[in-house]
Amino acid sequence: MPQMGESIAEGTITKWYKKQGDRVERDELLFEISTDKVDTEIPSPAAGVLAEIRVGEGETVPINTVVGVIDGEGAGTPSQSTSSWTEKLPAVSPESTAAPKTPASPSRQARPTTAGGPPRSSPLVRRMARERNIDLSTVEGTAAGGRISKKDILTVLNTAETPTAVAPPPREAGAVPVETPPPAPAPAHAGRVHSEPMSVMRRSIAEHMMLSRRTSAHVSTVWEADMGSVEKVRREYGGRFEKEEGVKLTYMPFFVRAVLHGLKAYPILNSSVDGNNIVYKRDLNIGIAVALDRGLIVPVIHRADEKSFLGLQRVVDDLATRAREKKLRPEDVQGGTFTITNPGPYGALFGTPIINQPQVAILGVGAIHKRPVVVNDAIAVRSMIYLSLTFDHRIIDGAVADQFMAEVRKRLETWDERIL
Amino acid sequence: MAEITYLEAIREAMWEEMERDPRVLLLGEDIGVYGGAFKVTQGFLERFGRERVIDTPISEEGFTGVAIGAAYMGLRPIVEFQFIDFIANAFNMITNFAAKSRYRWGVGVPLVLRGPTGGGVRAGPFHSQNPEMHFVHTPGIKVVVPATVHDAKGLMKAAIRDEDPVLYLEHKYLYRRIKEELPREDFVVPLGQAIVRRTGSDIVLITYGAMLYVALEAASSLEREGIDLEVIDLRSLVPLDRETILASVRRVNKVMILHEDTRTGGMAGEISALINEEAFEDLDGPILRITAPDTPVPYSAELEDAFIPQVADVIDAARRLAAY
Repeated sequence: MPQMGESIAEGTITKWYKKQGDRVERDELLFEISTDKVDTEIPSPAAGVLAEIRVGEGETVPINTVVGVIDGEGAGTPSQSTSSWTEKLPAVSPESTAAPKTPASPSRQARPTTAGGPPRSSPLVRRMARERNIDLSTVEGTAAGGRISKKDILTVLNTAETPTAVAPPPREAGAVPVETPPPAPAPAHAGRVHSEPMSVMRRSIAEHMMLSRRTSAHVSTVWEADMGSVEKVRREYGGRFEKEEGVKLTYMPFFVRAVLHGLKAYPILNSSVDGNNIVYKRDLNIGIAVALDRGLIVPVIHRADEKSFLGLQRVVDDLATRAREKKLRPEDVQGGTFTITNPGPYGALFGTPIINQPQVAILGVGAIHKRPVVVNDAIAVRSMIYLSLTFDHRIIDGAVADQFMAEVRKRLETWDERIL
Repeated sequence: MAEITYLEAIREAMWEEMERDPRVLLLGEDIGVYGGAFKVTQGFLERFGRERVIDTPISEEGFTGVAIGAAYMGLRPIVEFQFIDFIANAFNMITNFAAKSRYRWGVGVPLVLRGPTGGGVRAGPFHSQNPEMHFVHTPGIKVVVPATVHDAKGLMKAAIRDEDPVLYLEHKYLYRRIKEELPREDFVVPLGQAIVRRTGSDIVLITYGAMLYVALEAASSLEREGIDLEVIDLRSLVPLDRETILASVRRVNKVMILHEDTRTGGMAGEISALINEEAFEDLDGPILRITAPDTPVPYSAELEDAFIPQVADVIDAARRLAAY
């Protein structure tokens, strides 16, 4: 399992392009993975025969786990005549699976799980298993290298707190009490339901959203803007733009440009909180939330302020396309400093988005609707949009947030074809 | 009542004890007329006179021997080492006489040995050391390392009132950097009592001295990643508060030990061995040490920063241990 980004700890095999026994060429697509950051296709690192698939589709394993074995040929393997591929695998002898003689230290790289042999755990886990009559070979280890940690065994204990669970043996007098697992919550699955595990992406989003709600003091402010001038530019110059440049002129680059002006005027919206410090970021890396049928991903336009309007349009299209085709690279989704999300396409007036940590603000772009508005004491029909900004009140006060929004609105309402 | 510094807390403790008990006296280099290299004893000569505030020649072995003799005769001396590094010159007196006296003759030596310890102030290899383990390894001496203003005062009072030799290590980096408002009434911090400075559920971080602040800063940073540290401030290295350590280990199950002293033969190794013997089956991962490397304290600022454990080192170790 390759490491897709430095913070990634595990990945899920979503598809094998080859079956066991198939021939595969070097760089030919071998399998597809899904991780917290990206979904991607993995080309074969070598030519040969796919001798073994160790991790099947749908399984999640730590990074650096061996997921399959390619029986190489020609690469200095004269023993082509040996009876079967298994003989070429590293021998799994009792010695090599036994506990290491020197105390294990948590290495920076996860170790591959051992095939067969006792599962790796810890003295605490072994004691808890003994006291509660748990067979460790039935426990799934989620710690580094597939090791079973306290957390894993508590999960088992929590799940086992059903009426059928075997009562734990009475603890010997003087034994040290283990941490009592919290009482199992009432089952959320009474009645006619079906339950399915969350995907890697879903779990990642869930964790990230809750982390953000715990971290930031979310406040939202909602503004209205007249999109007339943007629409005019698109109407009058969109056709020519598409013909000359080969890309469709969409709304997004206008929003990105307006946000860039706002961020330059109010750089605290492009910062992060680090302890008691506010870290201002020189790079303006704008994340664009892209809805996928399987979740949500936020690819990033790096140094968006250094790009021309055409350049922005191209990057927006490219990122959105590759997001849908699962072709984003890890760096495409890292390093964002401000995010734009777009709840509009399905008709929402505006949303109150959750901040994308460790950023401190996010702009939600609602749907554009024609609405009657009062202009010079007369009622006029205008293309209006609601813009909602959620900001982190730990470091950004309402006045600054609204000044930022005023700047964004001013830009959106006053653009003409010179922006192209 | 106003806030006072760590240095002022040490001064107040000595002052109040000298007011309370006429047997308490001070010895050391330049502590009288000059008021001490760090001005801890400023004003003592004027208040308590030359018989109780004694400027000595530059001879640590000599004045430590004098102090032991005075203690034999019923006084309660406090000896200042201008920098604790130079306690090495008095090693024989402390380890062979003061430490063993009660065992050999049944005669206690109520003696406080104090001085500025530790680095971080660009003072180089002779003025930045952490010599605690020489004495932790010597049965018969108590060793205390206050990390807060409150403990600086309370532990000094407890040390002065103790019937046996106590090595009191005051961190020079903290002298004027931390402030606290203290209770008006007389109080002591008993020798041999650690304190949990922060409760947590993922990893116990055991530390002492100025490293407490590194530990707490790392803990608040790690909290944002969802790694919850418990922080124990040992306060006394001898006697060691095994109960507090083991209680936390049994609840939290993963342990890191942080100190500014060098690695080999350091307190971290000792505590690690204790946990291994007493709580092996409570461990959910290896015990990690975060310490200075086995070298003298470097002079250059960059190298000293690389030598002394930093917040980033703690965070790095915590991430690895949390994932284990």
